[in-house]
Amino acid sequence: MDYEVIIGLEVHAELLTDSKIFCCCTTEFGGAPNTHCCPVCLGLPGVLPVTNEKVIELGVKAALALNCEISPYSKFDRKNYFYPDLPKAYQISQYDLPLARNGYLEIEVDGKTKKIGITRVHLEEDAGKLVHSETGSYSLVDYNRTGVPLIEIVTEPDLRSPAEAKIFLEKLKSILQYAEVSDCKMQEGSLRCDANVSIRPMGSKEFGTKTELKNMNSFKAVQKGLEYEVKRQKKLLERGKKIIQETRRWDENSNKTYTMRSKEEAHDYRYFPEPDLPPIVLEKGYIEEIRKTLPEMPYDRKKRYIEEYGLPEYDAGVITSSKALADFFEECVKEYVDAKTVSNWVMGELLGTLNAMDKEIDEIPLTPKHLADMLKLMDKGTISGKIAKKVFKEMMETGRTPDEIVEEKGLKQIADEGELSKIVDKVIADNPKSVEDYRAGKKKAIGYLVGQVMKETRGKANPQLVNKLLREKLES
Amino acid sequence: MKITKKDVEHVAMLARLYLDEEEKAKYTRQLNSILDYMEKLNQLDTEKVEPTSHVLPIKNVFRKDRVEESLANEEVLANAPDKENGYFKVPKIIED
Ligand SMILES: [Zn+2]
Repeated sequence: MDYEVIIGLEVHAELLTDSKIFCCCTTEFGGAPNTHCCPVCLGLPGVLPVTNEKVIELGVKAALALNCEISPYSKFDRKNYFYPDLPKAYQISQYDLPLARNGYLEIEVDGKTKKIGITRVHLEEDAGKLVHSETGSYSLVDYNRTGVPLIEIVTEPDLRSPAEAKIFLEKLKSILQYAEVSDCKMQEGSLRCDANVSIRPMGSKEFGTKTELKNMNSFKAVQKGLEYEVKRQKKLLERGKKIIQETRRWDENSNKTYTMRSKEEAHDYRYFPEPDLPPIVLEKGYIEEIRKTLPEMPYDRKKRYIEEYGLPEYDAGVITSSKALADFFEECVKEYVDAKTVSNWVMGELLGTLNAMDKEIDEIPLTPKHLADMLKLMDKGTISGKIAKKVFKEMMETGRTPDEIVEEKGLKQIADEGELSKIVDKVIADNPKSVEDYRAGKKKAIGYLVGQVMKETRGKANPQLVNKLLREKLES
Repeated sequence: MKITKKDVEHVAMLARLYLDEEEKAKYTRQLNSILDYMEKLNQLDTEKVEPTSHVLPIKNVFRKDRVEESLANEEVLANAPDKENGYFKVPKIIED
């Protein structure tokens, strides 16, 4: 039987504030354990949390970027459960009156635009971090993360495949980065995703029983975890078995999902309004002021790159998919006007190497000016295209300027006719067979000879000049 | 009776309270009398009354996004029953 896959996501993103949501402790990542804590985030008796105004501002900004309606009145609630990562035994979150609702995000699936509904966006505090002892006989708790501001974004069950879920997450990440509300670093936990997945016979209107997937630490893991879960559910249904509504944990090592044997009572959170925090009332004027601060979104930037720089639609799409990459491109074009050449390097050498290194553009020392300077060196004939690739790689790794690299490694192109002429003569003398072939009409043989000259000069010869000299000498 | 002994056991479990049979019976009775009183309040016409989510007539109490010094690690751990290398030490947590 054919089944339809139904997926909804819950995404947590850390907001880019300096201090925590309800106290003045830093949100800085890392730090020695339990050094970013105070009586408020430790939940000591008698303290009073006070909301960080920046959290409201960034939350509203994120919600606007996701086309949501901002609630004129929202409030905080306590979500009660016992777990050692939660010093107060409740998490301050938003329950029935979230910050925003009814948004959407458009994604591209197979060349078509699809709208994915956003049910709600709400504010909450992060929990602490548990470290399990090597022997496994006890656990250790670090409360540095406790109270770091998060937004939770809940989607409608509009996604129809694990691949679609991954596309959605990539788009969401890019939007949140463009809006400058979160840096979305998955490896630092500033973007996390849980997924609800169910299947139903094609054409059926009723939803099947869903399972909730947790512990997926990358977009790839989300896709793989969902693929596994869909397969598992299909197998169960085909054998006439029932799917149990439960939370399952994705295990990266075994590529399987496992039941999290938490008691069902654990989901009884007994929410109630947080009496220590007054409600949030947002005026239209305030919301509109924030709307004005929303920077150019990927779609608009893509359009502008096509119109302003004459980039092909494909290039513009790839470059604007990440804000950091688009910013890099734009800075570079300020220094070097041929946008298409910049785009070729960014999409080719740069993205290729970044993917191989599994890094983001802002994690390497290369600057836009270095790329622009390198392209200028190529134009001047100081280095060849082939050498440029070497220089580029070196720049990406060390952050040194192209001039320094060319100078130190002696990579300057040999464009001196006298000097090259000697090398060409030597290559002709050393390769009588190819010379004979060329003179006998096999014009392709010149390619081999050019290659030999390049080899002799370790790629530094000006290829046009080598071609010209070889032809002259062979045909004379 | 709206609240049964089972409800009391459930709520007690969630709150990590350990009740004996006598206490269970007592709390079942007491919780029901509270609900009975609520029932009386429910007779009021509240059609046009907004639900109260906060008792004080205040809103939007915010602070600036400014970092101030946190506690020293020794102070953070001062009340901890057990600690190790700057961490709180707790019984083993079973994830699955
Ligand atoms: Zn604090």
